[in-house]
Amino acid sequence: MSEIHIDYNPALSDFVLALSKESRQDVNACFQCRKCAAGCPVAFAMDLTPTQIIHAARLGLENIVLNSRTIWLCASCQTCTTRCPQDVDIARVMDAARIIAVKRGVKPSVKSVRNFFKTAVKNISWFGRMYELGLIMGLKLKSGEFTKDMELGKQMFMKGKIKILPSFKGMRDTRRIYRAVRKKESR
Amino acid sequence: MSYAYYPGCSLHSTAEEYDRSFRKVCSSLEIGLEEVNNWICCGSSPAHATSHLLSIALPMHNLAIVEKSGREEVVVPCASCFSRFKFAQYEMGRDKELSRKVSEVVGSDCGKKVNVIHPLEILSGRGAIASSKVVRDLSFIKAVCYYGCLLTRPPEVMKFDSCEYPMSMDHVLRSVGIETLEWSYKTECCGASLALTETGIVVKLVGDLLSEAKKAGANAVAVACPLCHANLDGRQAEAEALRGEKFDIPIFYFTQLVGLALGCSEAGLGLDRHIVNVEPHLSSLRGGV
Repeated sequence: MSEIHIDYNPALSDFVLALSKESRQDVNACFQCRKCAAGCPVAFAMDLTPTQIIHAARLGLENIVLNSRTIWLCASCQTCTTRCPQDVDIARVMDAARIIAVKRGVKPSVKSVRNFFKTAVKNISWFGRMYELGLIMGLKLKSGEFTKDMELGKQMFMKGKIKILPSFKGMRDTRRIYRAVRKKESR
Repeated sequence: MSYAYYPGCSLHSTAEEYDRSFRKVCSSLEIGLEEVNNWICCGSSPAHATSHLLSIALPMHNLAIVEKSGREEVVVPCASCFSRFKFAQYEMGRDKELSRKVSEVVGSDCGKKVNVIHPLEILSGRGAIASSKVVRDLSFIKAVCYYGCLLTRPPEVMKFDSCEYPMSMDHVLRSVGIETLEWSYKTECCGASLALTETGIVVKLVGDLLSEAKKAGANAVAVACPLCHANLDGRQAEAEALRGEKFDIPIFYFTQLVGLALGCSEAGLGLDRHIVNVEPHLSSLRGGV
């Protein structure tokens, strides 16, 4: 039998600690029943199932978790969280893994999703309310896919579904809140 | 009955017809709505994928405005906003350290006691629609109710209807004479915001959903979420191409269907704003009146 060498030592892994601190979840409660993977609507497009992510997290395999496509493809639909018999909030673990991946400078394996989150969060801070046209333009600038969804975009525009101008209501409040959050998180 | 009203970003843009139709339904039923003054975005999924603190602070800021205005209840039609508001209160209640931080960030510790409700809770409960209010016969509509992910999940946070097989929307539509069908995709996910990034995933999921709706015998899908609507309506043509199957099934906000039954004008309900044409349905409606 060939051996696969996996370089890990859970006792030394600060990753398990960071993940449980960020998610406030005990991944060790998982007994690998695979209910999360069975119900996950996006599992077909993932490289690792949610169950495998949780297992890798328990073993402290930071690279496997943070470099997976899974953590970015999770649609936060809460099916896994709802059905987990061990009460692990798996969707929250996925969020925590994203947050840690960004903090540790790990290159996101699904760049488009990371760009979407980043652009949308900025958009909210600038305008107070989501400015959808600005968000779409921002995403296009980042991805370079200028012709993507042109037909649908045109139809939506004709139906008056896309507002041309942003609202600036509440932008003072969002900027104040973002500043305060940044200050707390940098401590 | 009168409520504070938080429309959220989508209801002021892509899902304006959800806002318009909800307001029309409320005015027909003499339910008062007062829009939350200077509300801000709830943060939605981009916030909770980026910073837990931010994702709780944004909804709590809005809830603090509601409480300070002297209101005890806020109605939130968008499934995503509704979910983020409920999550915020849930986390504030169980995590003291987070609660302290959020209060400092927001500059207030108000908002924890505000009752966050969904229009479906009103219309299937205390605001139940009297049959005498129904002026149009919509019995030709056979709808499947699509609740999506966030209205009911996770149940300990949302405390709303059944998480695997909800019925509130079915009850509301049946109360105005619309037949609703049994189907097993009520709370399946449509892929949500992946539509903007990994579009193929959404097209596949939308195809699965609409194919099931057809098999159930539906000629309409009723939704309560702007993103579900955008995906089922806007991505329907791509899903048809992927599956080689014609769906041609209009997607309505449940408020539009209720509004039609109550006699509101088609234009007032924003029925001309959909990508999938609702005209065949409306012509049978006109024939049926």
